[in-house]
Amino acid sequence: MSDEINRRQFLGRLSIALGALAGAVVGIPIIAYLLSPLIHPAVDLWRTVGPVSKFLVGETVQVTYTDPSPLPWAGLTAETAAWVRRNSIQPGDFTVFAINCTHLGCPVNWIPDGQIFLCPCHGGVFYADGSVAAGPPQRPLFRYRARVESDQLQILTRPLPVA
Amino acid sequence: MSGGRRLYQWLNHRLGISTAILPVIEHPVPRGVDWWYVFGSATLAAFIFQVITGVALAMSYVPAPNSAYQSLNFITNTAVLGSLIRGIHYFGASAMVILIAIHLAHEFLTGSYKFPRELNWFTGALLFFLTLGMAFTGQLLRWDQNAYWAVVVAAEQVGRTPFIGEQMAELVVAGQTVGGATLTRFYATHVFLLPALMFLLIGIHLYLVIFLGISEPPKVGEPVDPATYDRHYHQVLEEDGIPFFPDAVWKDVVFALAVGAVVVVLAAIVGPPQLGTLADPTIVQADPRPDWYFIWYFALFALIPPSIENVFILGFPLVVAVVLLVLPFVANKGERSPWRRPWAVGIVVVAALTIAILVREGNIAPWSPNFSPGPIPATVTAQMSPSAGEGAIVFENDGCHNCHQVAGTGGLRGPDLTHVGSRLTRPQLITRVLAGGNGMPAYAGIIPPDRLNNLVDFLTSLK
Repeated sequence: MSDEINRRQFLGRLSIALGALAGAVVGIPIIAYLLSPLIHPAVDLWRTVGPVSKFLVGETVQVTYTDPSPLPWAGLTAETAAWVRRNSIQPGDFTVFAINCTHLGCPVNWIPDGQIFLCPCHGGVFYADGSVAAGPPQRPLFRYRARVESDQLQILTRPLPVA
Repeated sequence: MSGGRRLYQWLNHRLGISTAILPVIEHPVPRGVDWWYVFGSATLAAFIFQVITGVALAMSYVPAPNSAYQSLNFITNTAVLGSLIRGIHYFGASAMVILIAIHLAHEFLTGSYKFPRELNWFTGALLFFLTLGMAFTGQLLRWDQNAYWAVVVAAEQVGRTPFIGEQMAELVVAGQTVGGATLTRFYATHVFLLPALMFLLIGIHLYLVIFLGISEPPKVGEPVDPATYDRHYHQVLEEDGIPFFPDAVWKDVVFALAVGAVVVVLAAIVGPPQLGTLADPTIVQADPRPDWYFIWYFALFALIPPSIENVFILGFPLVVAVVLLVLPFVANKGERSPWRRPWAVGIVVVAALTIAILVREGNIAPWSPNFSPGPIPATVTAQMSPSAGEGAIVFENDGCHNCHQVAGTGGLRGPDLTHVGSRLTRPQLITRVLAGGNGMPAYAGIIPPDRLNNLVDFLTSLK
């Protein structure tokens, strides 16, 4: 009788253990797949956004460029934008801002005559140098690294800037 | 024996209709189960509407950024009854959010989460969170500018998590930037992952409702005592119980039908939400707004002090989740009647009023600049000096009009300046413009003296 109970216990535990193993065999690859955005190495690329001569000293203009590794079905979201300010006639003297407000990431708009960036979401305001002028943001606008190669302005892509 | 009778017996023998199914649908419920008890079943009905219309929409929706918007355009404008189906799905989502919120409030106010129904509440609270998750992910599938920037805002919020913020943000956008993988992941979450969890939890929730019985309407002075409650409840059922079918269920059916009718009528008359501009990260002239069920949360971020924002962004949802999930385990006995639980009533009333006020504020969004303020009315500038007229142009172009109203045009962020000339002197105005403050940028070093002079001429002439 006790052997029969032990056998039942064994079979019960075996069933549970095999079930858990089956779950792990299927589940672990699935979880790894779901977490794959974290596993991919960061891809930073220099993207050309136009000839230096296109940018006038003291002006802030919007540029667009392609994401570092867009998927074939990304459509318009393969492109992104940044604000470029040419500070002086010196080659390479550019400041490149992310379009994302440092409050919650909404796109900031440049008001050329007022020389300010305005955020449409919660009213964040930034000066031309990216510093906070008003509203909820606590940090200046995020910046991208920029360089000039063969008289072309290039910016170094970066992941979605997170405060 | 008639053919129908024989068929019933054949089915009964195989399905256990009389032994397994009828006892469940005819299980006794307290006689006092009234119209306040219909919100749970109505939420389930709304969920079923959503599943059916969701399946229909998925027949044509293409979950890829290069096609999603166009496929929704096709569904809305070309597909047979596509607009109606989209409308039902949209208003059904709103109905489901409202119904589950009322259901939650009712169970809270009547203390129905107390012994022995702690797990009813727990699974219900999880379903409440999942419903909000469905509402959020559903909005994103429109893949217009609102959807795109809502993803960015969500990533920024989870990005505030200490230590793992960047990784959390990457998980939300499914990569380094919002792109091809983002929409497919949100689509899979919306149509597979969250509904699967909801089906599971709804199954458990319904099982618990039947196993433990529908809670009886609370009576003042009859607190829940875990030692005696089960006996008391069974006594209530034995003395005055009524069969769920048909004595109680008819109210559920009537109300669910009414909800369905309202949803269909709204879908037919008002139609689905307009598709905004196609999601395009290079168009920065966007005005992102969430759907109404999250606009109160959107409004909060403009109104809370920045100093507590980080704590609030992470802490508020966490506290709400923990409180809702833990509540039945720390307060599972005592009075159930709302007449003896003024704090419970107060919490529901304050929460409902706060959300209503914030929804209203979020829709007006007075803190946001108005990027389409229109021109200052000619009647305002007609009699002005040339310098003041130039100042009006400065006012329009330099960002002043985006935040200040003049004669009913402009933004609401700053004070209305329609009569500012009678309130402030010229020196005061110059100081305000140059020094800024109170949410206004300082224009010292930005505005040249001649433009400042014109602007102040304009402002002083606004009497």
